[in-house]
Amino acid sequence: MAADDLLFPTPEGLYCPGGDFHVDPVRPVPRALVTHGHADHARPGNGAVLATRQTLDIMAIRYGADFTGTRQVAEGTMTLGDATVRFHPAGHVLGSAQVEIETGGTRFVVTGDYCRHRNPVAEGFEPVPCDIFITEATFALPVFRHPDPAAEIAKLLASIEAFPERAHLVGAYALGKAQRVIMLLREAGWDAPIYIHGSLERLCRYHAEQGVPLGDLRPATDDSMAKADFAGQIILAPPSAFAATWAQRFPDPVIAFASGWMQIRARARQRGVELPLVISDHADWPDLLRTIEEVNPEETWITHGREEALMRQLALGQRRSRPLHLIGFEEEPEG
Amino acid sequence: MKHFARLLEALAFTPQRNGKIRHLVQHFRTRPDPERGLALGALTGDLDLRNVTPSLLRGLVNERVDAELFALSYDFVGDLAETIALIWPEAKDPSDPPLSELVHELEATGKAALPGVIAARLDSLAPSSRYAYLKLATGGLRVGVSARLARTALAEFGAVPVEEIEELWHGLAPPFESLFAWLEGGEKPVSAALAPFRPVMLSTATDLDALGAFDPADYVAEWKWDGIRVQASVEAGVKRLYSRTGEDISGSFPDLLEALDFDGTVDGELLVRRKDAVAPFSDLQKRLNRKTVGKTMLKSHPAALRAYDLLLHEGEDLRALPFADRRARLERMVLACDPVRIDLSPLLPFETWDDLAALRADPPDPVIEGVMIKRRESPYLAGRIKGHWYKWKRDPMLVDAVLLYAQRGHGKRSGYYSDFTFGVWEGAQLIPVGKAYFGFTDEELKDLDRFVRNNTVERFGPVRAVKPSLVLEIAFEGLNRSARHKSGVAMRFPRIARIRKDKPAAEADRLEDLAALLPPE
Repeated sequence: MAADDLLFPTPEGLYCPGGDFHVDPVRPVPRALVTHGHADHARPGNGAVLATRQTLDIMAIRYGADFTGTRQVAEGTMTLGDATVRFHPAGHVLGSAQVEIETGGTRFVVTGDYCRHRNPVAEGFEPVPCDIFITEATFALPVFRHPDPAAEIAKLLASIEAFPERAHLVGAYALGKAQRVIMLLREAGWDAPIYIHGSLERLCRYHAEQGVPLGDLRPATDDSMAKADFAGQIILAPPSAFAATWAQRFPDPVIAFASGWMQIRARARQRGVELPLVISDHADWPDLLRTIEEVNPEETWITHGREEALMRQLALGQRRSRPLHLIGFEEEPEG
Repeated sequence: MKHFARLLEALAFTPQRNGKIRHLVQHFRTRPDPERGLALGALTGDLDLRNVTPSLLRGLVNERVDAELFALSYDFVGDLAETIALIWPEAKDPSDPPLSELVHELEATGKAALPGVIAARLDSLAPSSRYAYLKLATGGLRVGVSARLARTALAEFGAVPVEEIEELWHGLAPPFESLFAWLEGGEKPVSAALAPFRPVMLSTATDLDALGAFDPADYVAEWKWDGIRVQASVEAGVKRLYSRTGEDISGSFPDLLEALDFDGTVDGELLVRRKDAVAPFSDLQKRLNRKTVGKTMLKSHPAALRAYDLLLHEGEDLRALPFADRRARLERMVLACDPVRIDLSPLLPFETWDDLAALRADPPDPVIEGVMIKRRESPYLAGRIKGHWYKWKRDPMLVDAVLLYAQRGHGKRSGYYSDFTFGVWEGAQLIPVGKAYFGFTDEELKDLDRFVRNNTVERFGPVRAVKPSLVLEIAFEGLNRSARHKSGVAMRFPRIARIRKDKPAAEADRLEDLAALLPPE
């Protein structure tokens, strides 16, 4: 059977008829395999969900305990119908995994989102040889070479030194980026309390329970703190909070944002960011190419992002690829 | 180079003026000569580098990167230098040469060798340094720092008045080592330049109530012309035209420069004048910021100087003399000039402040924006010193407009919607006519912010469209025709004068009401 009869896109998402399941479905399906807990990959309302324990926990935190009919923790090699399935770490966020699927004599790997930089909050990416490699392409342009995150954190600390009377508001998404930024700060020696927006609390607590040593985190809405008390402090929040009246409680804040998109100046300016921090939980261009070399597939399928550039590059290297045009994924997800 | 790159980055992302000044001061404080002086020269446009063209850069990148991948990337990034800086193959072991090395190399390299030199540098620099290098080489830093702001930062760094720096500026050149030495406590450099800029005397605002305390007999009055305040300086045949802040704008006004047939320094208003008719400000704007001016433009938009004051004349410094004495010398001097290019700003006849109020209320020319009142005994003083010169501007124009969009502010206004776009009616539609981000009190800002949040109908990034229901009284200083704006008009200094909650949006002004305020064509 041809590979695209074994695994193919449907309106619900990528479907494997051999195992009768969807990977990261965008609409409710009877059986879903979920790579990680970000909202455009993990959605509520499926009949059954197979994912890592941490992804299942995160989905329960986000959507409530009844987010799915039944759940199964991914462990070892699992048989689903005519398919066998294994999960491998993806290095993207806590619990994130690639899904390896063997069906009809073909081995597929669906990466979900992945990252190859060292990430203190996620188990490191592991290249899995396969026939068909189904990759994300969020940062698939040769302009994206993510810098060393420690150097980006050094910029934040330098800014605090230069503007000690101002608060530093760092935009970071609630799952993954926020905890990574906190860990990078701790590694850089920042052991003062870090103030967090209410929407980060539950996921930060969960990371701490899972053994990620985030240190002293305090609510940014602590009423005992006067405006001036936030001078020189670091406050983490989802970027949407900057537009809210919530931001008015801090003294002359410097707006920072931790995202791979901050590599592009116009993006930073568009968002009104004063201190762009190029910290990404996705593979950059060299890592996408390196990974494809290591995995060495017959064919690469590209799920979402900038597929034209990646296809062009692979064609230049005599590699076969094609876009999957999956719908329902954010054009510019949490970078 | 990495320090310069970091400075450019900080300046580009820091929206507040004071924040930019702090970054500049920090750079001046921590970087050695000649690095800081060359950075300063790059920002003020005083580094005279061979301008590297975009086509040269495109040629270079095409040799290194697949054309299709470059096109996709450029499409996404939107800026040529930035795309090249990011896409250029990575240096294995990036070097960090001093800015001076790169500047001298660009200065010393001929046109034919330039592509090779630039490619070699791009090969060895880190990405952020590549970006700074390309911006330096192409001559467009665009980090929102004017030469004036850079000099303000120097003044703060050295704790000296900015006027002293402006006066010295044109005798100095990068890397400005004597200037930095003085600002760090050394000796003040002596300007060797001919026809240097002298700090300009500025006025403070007044009104009829405040004037009541003065004796009108001690004062003279002139029209306040709506052109550009300039200083024309001639010394030993060297002719220069400066803006009020000491920018040398000679290059844009060769017609006027040629007519400067005197030896001295004249304070005046730059206007476009056709015989006796002074053209509106928008005509003058067409002459600004041009490196070369075409013959057609010189003919259709002739520049002229309307003289206010005489600071120096034939080697004699007149600034300590009373205004009346300087004026007498000025009148004699102007008699000998070409009246098509240089004339006198007339003194206004008045005996009481009410006389002057009547003149101000009905000026003979639309290009007058009020009256200037000058004490007869005053010397010519640098800067805005109270008690000598007063401006009494005509009342601002007012229009009732409807709030359409609001954008988030920065710094102390973080979390507030503080930049407001407003429009007036054209038929059944509201057409945006301007943007204002001041004029309101802190209380009114909270009020406006609340309105925006409660009436948002759509969001685009940091901008919100609001339900068109709140009327704002907008005050502004003048109106020009503008082909760049959909409304066809552009306001000068618009600000929010009042929030008109009492007025329904349907009763806001119409575009034709606004158009009636335009100066005659």
